[in-house]
Amino acid sequence: MTKSDLILRLAEKYPHLLQRDIERIVNTVFDEISNALARNNRVELRGFGAFSVKKRDARQGRNPRTGESVSVSEKFVPFFKTGKQLRDRLNGIEGTSDE
Amino acid sequence: MTDTTVTRAQLAEAVYQEVGLSRNDSAQLVDVILEEVSQALIREEMVKLSSFGSFQVRSKGQRVGRNPKTGQEVPILPRKVLVFRASHVLKDKINRALGGTTSTPATGSV
Repeated sequence: MTKSDLILRLAEKYPHLLQRDIERIVNTVFDEISNALARNNRVELRGFGAFSVKKRDARQGRNPRTGESVSVSEKFVPFFKTGKQLRDRLNGIEGTSDE
Repeated sequence: MTDTTVTRAQLAEAVYQEVGLSRNDSAQLVDVILEEVSQALIREEMVKLSSFGSFQVRSKGQRVGRNPKTGQEVPILPRKVLVFRASHVLKDKINRALGGTTSTPATGSV
């Protein structure tokens, strides 16, 4: 499923909404998550999962092809932890509505 | 810095500010979006959200685990796990904002 598939599905569900608005809504949701992560905030979506940012310290890396040593500077990586309810649903366990 | 947690409520508020829907409808839309993504993943479809990232379900085989407290061996049953891969756009946006290094020069649009 791509973002446009998602928008089409929502458009079928909400025929009274303009597709252009649905597009804006979908973009707003994921932009808002991105913006929160860019502020180093955590995003907790109950029943779905939680996004957070982890800091990776600077380290001395190695080019695996040449064996050459390179310095890798500090960086931040987005991280997602699946929520309990979604994890259960993926494994065919339905019913528990609380995290 | 990580003292704030964003929840569905803030996402709903952002939708409410962006489009002329009621607060209730905005909250419902946020739920429906996350539910559509969840259902696609339950169908084991990969979900690709451009400029954000992709979610994919992976099947893990059975393996022998160990209770770290007692040292006792316990079988870990086959299960499905969800993997999120952030897009370069998202990674770069975060690193640009927080002062880390970006994989691409800071010329592209976010």
